[in-house]
Amino acid sequence: MSFTRFLAVARKEVVQILRDTRSLIIVVIMPVILVLLFGYGVSLDLKGLPIFVYDRDGSQQSQDLLKRFQASAYFDIVRVVNDYPALTRALDDGHARMGIVVPWDFSERLHDGGPVQVQALVDGTDDNTANVLIGYAQAVVQGYSSDLQLDWLRNHDQPAQPASVSVETRTWYNEDLESSAFIVPGVLALVMSVIGAFLTSLTIAREWERGTMEQLISTPVTSLEIMLGKLAPYFAIGMFDVIVCALIAIYWFQVPFRGSFLTLLISSAMFLVVVLALGFFISVIAGSQLAASQIALLITFLPAFLLSGFLFSIEQMPVVLQWITRILPARYYVSVLKKIFLKGTPAALLYADLVPLTVFALVLAVLATRAFHKRLA
Amino acid sequence: MTDQAQAAIVAEGLTKSFPGVRAVDHSSFDVRSGEIFGLVGPDGAGKTTTLRMLAGIMPPDEGTASVGGFDVVHDPEGAKHHLSYMPQRFGLYEDLTVDENIRFYGDLFGVRKTDREERSAQLLQAAGMREFRKRLAGKLSGGMKQKLGLVCALTHRPKVILLDEPTTGVDPVSRRDFWRILYELASEGVAILTSTAYLDEAERCHRVALLHQGKLLFCDTPANLKAKLGKGVLSVTSSDPRGSRDQLEHAAGISSLVLTGDGLHVVVDDAGRRIPEFEARLKDAHIPFDAIQQVTPTIEDLFIDAVSSGSGASLHA
Ligand SMILES: Nc1ncnc2c1ncn2[C@@H]1O[C@H](COP(=O)(O)OP(=O)(O)OP(=O)(O)O)[C@@H](O)[C@H]1O
Ligand SMILES: [Mg+2]
Repeated sequence: MSFTRFLAVARKEVVQILRDTRSLIIVVIMPVILVLLFGYGVSLDLKGLPIFVYDRDGSQQSQDLLKRFQASAYFDIVRVVNDYPALTRALDDGHARMGIVVPWDFSERLHDGGPVQVQALVDGTDDNTANVLIGYAQAVVQGYSSDLQLDWLRNHDQPAQPASVSVETRTWYNEDLESSAFIVPGVLALVMSVIGAFLTSLTIAREWERGTMEQLISTPVTSLEIMLGKLAPYFAIGMFDVIVCALIAIYWFQVPFRGSFLTLLISSAMFLVVVLALGFFISVIAGSQLAASQIALLITFLPAFLLSGFLFSIEQMPVVLQWITRILPARYYVSVLKKIFLKGTPAALLYADLVPLTVFALVLAVLATRAFHKRLA
Repeated sequence: MTDQAQAAIVAEGLTKSFPGVRAVDHSSFDVRSGEIFGLVGPDGAGKTTTLRMLAGIMPPDEGTASVGGFDVVHDPEGAKHHLSYMPQRFGLYEDLTVDENIRFYGDLFGVRKTDREERSAQLLQAAGMREFRKRLAGKLSGGMKQKLGLVCALTHRPKVILLDEPTTGVDPVSRRDFWRILYELASEGVAILTSTAYLDEAERCHRVALLHQGKLLFCDTPANLKAKLGKGVLSVTSSDPRGSRDQLEHAAGISSLVLTGDGLHVVVDDAGRRIPEFEARLKDAHIPFDAIQQVTPTIEDLFIDAVSSGSGASLHA
């Protein structure tokens, strides 16, 4: 193993990536797009969402609250209705994304200082959007509630029980709604699969296709140097993208991050080794760039998308599929991600996921090293 | 037959088969240091396969080969430090610049920076492409690409270079540069094995081997090969080459016959005797012709004559 030769291959690969617009887009823009896409749910249009309101109170206070909904950029009150069936129909037809119901005793209970609940009916078929909607609705109502409290404190000298309003949400059609916080961490697995397997699956196949391999293998460079040199840049890119995606998730989507960043980096590195080795292996056996990229998408991206637990929970899959997920590295990585982000599980307790991931990494790395020979057929 | 100590390339009984075709069939030859050796043959003759086996990137089915003193069959990686191989298809990176390609290959062969800079400057100068150092290899002309390939192949000062049809599709000026560099290398003691489908180019080699359907037919200096032909070659100049061919094809004493741009080349057993016979034959058939003369045989004549028993070979003259 010569460091100079390894470095020469790696440097060459970097220059080639930088000069190839398609690779650059996949490396820089695609991860961000994926995170935003899944962060916002399938529907990206979350401004001016049509809502129906059913004001059973019809008081000055209830009008104040509803004005705040109208004032928010997120909502657009398209109609005021007078009964529940009208609301349900609007949700069914898709004329409204959410219905707000102000109870008949709203102003009365406010006046008494008791807790008041406003009902929000949400179309839960698109769970991400539903979640975001609820979040917005809560924010509007909370704003109203705290203003009320401030007013009350200002008007009364003695600190008595201030009135408060909260939203009681009921999600229809999708009882166990998954939050976007639950989806976004899993996007990292998707991004890694594309960077790792898809991009690297092209590297060896490209050299064969362009005719550069024949000259390359006539030099003293070893197959290990070729492999490591080619994979190192993608490893760096992968780690960079992990960090970017994690930051977007945490700071843009406010996904809680309760674990350690180091654990995130280590487990991501492990998963990257898995997908890089897999991509390299595919590239060696596929022969052409087209075949390689298709195989890579089929055996890494699709499973990561559908079977990793990223979008659909594994427990709810048919038993056969549940078994299949066990041989998918992405499953373990997604599980680690969710635990690190949402639960803050310490590294030591992640062994059920990290051990299989390490085994995959080792086996595939060995397989990849063995696969490539400096020989023509 | 040659001094083994000086043989930089020795091939013995090299054989390689692909499904349905024996690409190289028990081929044996050797190339000495300082020698330019040409592998000449039509498409599919087995030139590329031979070079690939010698470059250590394709294991032979049978036979042995040593390059620069290393057994390429058993220790291909050892041999690779001392050889350079330029594939038939451009093998450098089109999305890298001239300089980047040179540096990449220099690094792979462990050439130190100062050596690389000095050597590549000198080679680029000789190749007449000093101004193109920052240009992407993909943006070079065909001739420039081949010369860049040569520059990359030479920075580490290999003992042996293997070139597969290096001047195919190369303009005459670049071709001249190319050959000038090859002669200079040979004078420095480098062994050069080059394949070519151009017969005129074969005559520039010190020795040539004629390859046909995987078999090595002759292997000698161009002059000796011509002498070996021992027969006369007649050039028939005619405004109706095809008509002349049809008339003479079945004439007595003809060993082989090939169309040229302005007539025919005919290899005959006895030139003095056949000239009047042919003249009479063409006159009788009212075929217009200017002259029938004996000419010095070219490698092409030799080649056609050698393979005319087999299937027709298409050659670029
Ligand atoms: N990888 C391969 N697989 C199958 N057949 C092959 C392979 N390489 C070469 N051949 C066959 O072997 C024979 C010799 O091919 P080779 O490429 O060595 O000829 P060549 O003299 O270099 O011809 P050209 O002038 O076309 O380059 C041909 O019939 C060719 O079709
Ligand atoms: Mg060839």
